Amino acid sequence: MRHSLNRRQALTLGTGAVVATTLSLRAGPARAAKNNTDEAIKAFTRGKEPAKGKVKLELPEIAENGNTVPMTVSVDAPMTPDSYVEEVMIVAEGNPNPGVVSFHFTPSSVPEANTRIRLAETQNVIAVARMNDGSVFSDVRQVKVTIGGCGG
Amino acid sequence: MADVKPRIKLDKKEVAKGGVIEVKTLVSHTMESGQRKDKDGKTIPRKILNKFTCDLNGKTIFSAELESAVSANPYFQFKLKPEESGTLTFTWVDDDGSKIQATEQIKVA
Repeated sequence: MRHSLNRRQALTLGTGAVVATTLSLRAGPARAAKNNTDEAIKAFTRGKEPAKGKVKLELPEIAENGNTVPMTVSVDAPMTPDSYVEEVMIVAEGNPNPGVVSFHFTPSSVPEANTRIRLAETQNVIAVARMNDGSVFSDVRQVKVTIGGCGG
Repeated sequence: MADVKPRIKLDKKEVAKGGVIEVKTLVSHTMESGQRKDKDGKTIPRKILNKFTCDLNGKTIFSAELESAVSANPYFQFKLKPEESGTLTFTWVDDDGSKIQATEQIKVA
């Protein structure tokens, strides 16, 4: 895919996104998704609004190469048969498709995973965790991408 | 896909009960996203690994669903708290239905 943005436009957009994130940090994940991230989150949380906390998403602030961005997600949960994280979904607002990866944990695994993801442009990445009792938590990180990971 | 040999690294193969084993896996795959176009402008069809599972004695204890936004040569790092000794089976499922598999033996004292 050829990116139609030139450098200046991309920078302007980036600045806008920073402002948007700053404004929306207190109000949960930013509400400016380009793809159907919101729908994806709703389907995952079964309509619930995710609370802050418990889940922690770690991403670099600046990713020089959007083709491979290291990402770690961890959840604060006791992981006993009575109380554990069922699933953690990672979504990206600025990618062609919102879904990135979902992890399923069990009482025999530690709720922490690391992988490498593709980000097409500077954007917010959101982690949403669903506990076995149905409660949902989320965390959001903004990543500035220098070279998009949308392929050729 | 049978010639693909995944790389798997466990930080230890023996743990006390309640201990944690850190697993790192890496497998070669283009993870063709379905977004790229070839030189004639035709979209290259999506072909990715869409599922990864880690089973202990046949029971899934960690798994992941992959989308096209997972980088080429998917890498995963995760931690297990195995309840029993046995065989860890790592499986990756391709869009075309083929599977890549590897196993490791672990001991829980």
